[in-house]
Amino acid sequence: MYKLESKHVDFFYGASQALKDINISIEENTVTALIGPSGCGKSTYLRLFNRMNDLISNTTIKGEVLIDGLDVYAKGVNVDSLRKKTGMVFQKPNPFPKTIFENVAYGLRVNGITDEKLIQERVESSIKKVVLWDEVKDKLKKSAFELSGGQQQRLCIARALAIQPSVILMDEPTSALDPISTAKIEELVYELKSKYTIVIVTHNMQQAARVSDKTAFFYLGELIEFNITRELFTNPMVERTQNYITGRFG
Amino acid sequence: METTNENRISKSKDRHQKAAFFVFAVLGYFIVTILIAILSFIVIKGASVISWDFITKMPEEGMTKGGIYPAIIGTLYLVAGSMLFAFPIGVLAAIYMNEYVSDGVAKKFIRLMTNNLSGIPSIVFGLFGMALFVNKLGFGDSILAGSLTLGLLALPVVIRTTEEALKAVNDTFRHASYGLGATKWQTIRRVVLPMAFPNIITGLILSIGRVSGETAPILFTVAAYFLPKLPTSIFDQAMALPYHLYVISTSGTNIEESRPIAYGTALILIIIVLVCNLLANALRKYFNNKVKMS
Ligand SMILES: Nc1ncnc2c1ncn2[C@@H]1O[C@H](COP(=O)(O)OP(=O)(O)O)[C@@H](O)[C@H]1O
Ligand SMILES: [Mg+2]
Repeated sequence: MYKLESKHVDFFYGASQALKDINISIEENTVTALIGPSGCGKSTYLRLFNRMNDLISNTTIKGEVLIDGLDVYAKGVNVDSLRKKTGMVFQKPNPFPKTIFENVAYGLRVNGITDEKLIQERVESSIKKVVLWDEVKDKLKKSAFELSGGQQQRLCIARALAIQPSVILMDEPTSALDPISTAKIEELVYELKSKYTIVIVTHNMQQAARVSDKTAFFYLGELIEFNITRELFTNPMVERTQNYITGRFG
Repeated sequence: METTNENRISKSKDRHQKAAFFVFAVLGYFIVTILIAILSFIVIKGASVISWDFITKMPEEGMTKGGIYPAIIGTLYLVAGSMLFAFPIGVLAAIYMNEYVSDGVAKKFIRLMTNNLSGIPSIVFGLFGMALFVNKLGFGDSILAGSLTLGLLALPVVIRTTEEALKAVNDTFRHASYGLGATKWQTIRRVVLPMAFPNIITGLILSIGRVSGETAPILFTVAAYFLPKLPTSIFDQAMALPYHLYVISTSGTNIEESRPIAYGTALILIIIVLVCNLLANALRKYFNNKVKMS
């Protein structure tokens, strides 16, 4: 069984169609990169899996979106608990204006965990997973805004990991970061793969090539090509993919 | 040839810019001058009567002597009462409007109504307060009726400033919260409100400044011409600073003799409003720092 799947998914903002008949199957513990020119529907597609598109009014979805074989848009699905299964990392680091500790503890607290010892452990292990512990262990009570952009983004990943999701959705997580911070995040993505299924939107093709197992190329709301990353970059089957990855259009 | 042309254009641009600057500067200084003139006029005229006795004693001899203690206390009660009413309702209404109602006709209509509400002359609020609170609900001329009337007046301001404060909270924080499985209410209470709090408080204090100076709404609902004792319940009448000022300047026993007291009263009123504004700024700074740390 696939970890994530979409079957014949159409998505509309009002009357304008943003996704057309998207079929993708994603295996567990893999990294999938979504690439394509801006506005082609990558973010929209990513947000299907934790139903973040629900927050935008006047949208319609057709087809099936499955996590572990279960349709996330089925009647009776509790959206809040669905979102616990997926951690999301956004384009710009967006830690809450809280302490470093409380940022990571947030997801636990809103999900009803009150055992302070458990929270403590979970916060520590999550921060360790993103290789941030040594940098922040002495200032857990300080504002998260005091961290650098790269540290903030790793903190946001730790915050997502704390609720123990099995899927991590990343929407251009390094687009606001410097090259060194970017490298750290990419390394992290590679390491997290053993425990999580990761989908990462990027418009940086080198990044897609570096971190992902498979790559999906979107263009104008359509899935043009979905293949093993190395294949897609060395031997694209569709001319449009070829043009995009060789930089002939942007 | 071309360069001289460009030079000429940039020179004329320069002249335009200088002219505009000059006009703005003149207008700016003009406004500042007026403000300073008003303030210094009141301060010079009022400072001499202000003393400890002035703010802690009852009025004496037909309000030509003595202090304005009951008017100060009355105004404080009215401000507190109106905020007790307007603040929770206004903040909840704003939360509802900004976080729960999706953009549409209903929301536009409510917003239009609140905006219109704030455009209604305050004397009309006074009349309405008299009809509803004093007569219909039978509160009589009372602190309760006056507070509710002032509260209605403050409501649109509280709603609008709270809405602005909520809107200023970037959606990415809401999305991050939802993404972690938080419910809407958890998101509002734990993320949005703490972030909006400094600006909400600022709005609250600014509306206090506004309410404390209003005369018309309290005219028919609470204000006593002369009442040399402090109110003991919310059904009592009370004196209030703006109305006291009005009375001793227009219909006191001896208007000429009460003049200094009028200026003193005006000065106290201005001080209250000024302190409110300074407090609003200080609190916003304080809470802004605190929000980052919580
Ligand atoms: N909130 C929205 N309302 C209406 N249209 C939207 C919204 N978000 C995205 N779109 C449209 O949907 C299409 C896909 O957008 P998006 O998924 O953000 O693309 P990408 O992430 O690949 O840049 C674009 O044409 C965009 O204009
Ligand atoms: Mg995008």
